[in-house]
Amino acid sequence: MQGNKKILRAIIIALALVFLYLPIATLVVYSFNESKMVTIWTEFSLRWYVTLFHNEAIIKAVVISLTIAFFTACASVVIGTLAAFVLVRVTSFRGESAFVLFITAPMVLPEVVTGLALLLLFVTLGEFIPIFADRGMFAIWIAHVTFCASYTTVVIRSRFRELDISIEEAAMDLGAGPIKVFFAIILPAIMPAEVAAFLLSFTMSMDDLVIASFVAGPESTTLPMLIFSSVRRGLSPEINALASIIVLIVSVCTFFAWLSMVRKQRRVASDLAKAKKEALLEKRKLLRGANRA
Amino acid sequence: MSTGFSSNMTFIRRSFQRQNKVIKEAKHDNTWRDYALIFVPYLWMILFFLLPFLIIFKISLSVTEIAIPPYSPLVTFEEGAMQIILHLENYTSIFTDPDGTYIRSYLKSLQVAGLSTIFCLLIGFPIAWALATAKPALRNVMFMLIIMPSWTSLVVRIYAWMTIMKKDGLINDCLMALGIIDSPIQMLQTDFAVYVGIVYCYLPYMVLPLFSSLMKVDYSLIEAAYDLGCRPVKTFFNTLIPQTKSGIVAGSMLVFIPALGEYVIPELLGGKSSILIGRILWQEFFNNRDWPLASAVAITMLMILVIPIILFYKVERREQEKINAGK
Repeated sequence: MQGNKKILRAIIIALALVFLYLPIATLVVYSFNESKMVTIWTEFSLRWYVTLFHNEAIIKAVVISLTIAFFTACASVVIGTLAAFVLVRVTSFRGESAFVLFITAPMVLPEVVTGLALLLLFVTLGEFIPIFADRGMFAIWIAHVTFCASYTTVVIRSRFRELDISIEEAAMDLGAGPIKVFFAIILPAIMPAEVAAFLLSFTMSMDDLVIASFVAGPESTTLPMLIFSSVRRGLSPEINALASIIVLIVSVCTFFAWLSMVRKQRRVASDLAKAKKEALLEKRKLLRGANRA
Repeated sequence: MSTGFSSNMTFIRRSFQRQNKVIKEAKHDNTWRDYALIFVPYLWMILFFLLPFLIIFKISLSVTEIAIPPYSPLVTFEEGAMQIILHLENYTSIFTDPDGTYIRSYLKSLQVAGLSTIFCLLIGFPIAWALATAKPALRNVMFMLIIMPSWTSLVVRIYAWMTIMKKDGLINDCLMALGIIDSPIQMLQTDFAVYVGIVYCYLPYMVLPLFSSLMKVDYSLIEAAYDLGCRPVKTFFNTLIPQTKSGIVAGSMLVFIPALGEYVIPELLGGKSSILIGRILWQEFFNNRDWPLASAVAITMLMILVIPIILFYKVERREQEKINAGK
């Protein structure tokens, strides 16, 4: 029975990995193909990577996307922290359920609806406030922060809930002001969640195609928009090269994130083991003492 | 004796202080500082989330015009008289369109989203089970490997499927080499490709909540059921499924809701038959430049999504209540 289970588990995991990684692996392999035909292998070459780095439109799109993603991540972490603080620490306030609805809704709305809604908002506001009329990086930034803030709130909130409020109370009793308590006690404790939320909103902003397409004017083309329009025109090995670079960056980042997570788990485990050992020694000492007596 | 007494006194004094503090907190429920904190996220969400929906609703009640912006104003002033004209044509044309394009695309979207959710559940459950019951070290690695593709760009992942589902792509080549088929099958531009794409992209959203509820399952119940002579299938439905219900609901909603409005996947992988509602909205907006009709399509889509969104919201609300109970 136990052996059967192990085999079954191995088969499931192997199939899942093949399903998840086969398309990506093929993509990377064919990015090193000499031929212009994406699916016919001729010989190894780096020529598509070379043309990629000479493509100014792609470089420009990468810069635009990275800039928007960075500022989106910063702003949505700030808003997410505030919202999480309000949801966890402030006692029930008027309009709390509406607040929870506002926070959850962007996560569950179809992107096309969110995109259209935000565009119409910018058009309407643009009549009164000129900065909204110019549909550039600023507009994309606002749109991205709006949908990323929901995710950052959820991530930070779950960490916030585990905090021990008595430490904050102790600091307050010792005379620390609320701002000092926040920066000296709360922020270090929720730092892992802040980092996770930052990375999450950064990647979501980098990845977004639909909302940016609605909101952006012709001047500001983000990287996903560029890839999408060239994919619609047909397969091209240059896109393979670009995609492979994206895959490489993502996998390196994920690997390091995973490594730090595992290390932390190990540290916790070894601390636990140490504590157990000490407790055992203590117990033995006590027993010895009791025996002597 | 004396030390015991003084420590007793300290204890009593502390508990008094605590009580006073509790009373004080109850009186000054929310300070101005709390409201200042609430203000920023609240304002942001009202301005960029609630307001847009009121505007979308407003524009869905106007008609398209050749102007900037390209729709008619609701309120007009003519010779000193204020006129409010609410056009309902957009909604009536959705429901009474002679070709039935809109109704058909709504039904098609429901079908594609529903079936994809079921496929994700059927594929995701075994994966989540394998993860939850594996050894911790293996689980860590596997977990990362399953999440990682979803950090890569969606367009890139769909592009990857386009290259292997082509007529001379990897899948057709393999099937022909194995002698299963004689001539390449058309896979791109079919509904099959759309299902594969949606399942591929949304699988992690199903696996994650399933995994976290499978981790909490009390496996001794399953053993007890076996010991009492319960068959595997019955054990599965009577012990495992009820215990993972919240994960199943959350995962299904996370797949169904975005799949219903999906645009990129059917656009790149699907053919003429997979006209989903997201594509209709996109076409009305970008190709026909009919903003009012696109808004009406969006509002109708929201009507369909009200039930699943409320379901999801209730789960969220319960989370918040748990927090409130702990406050």
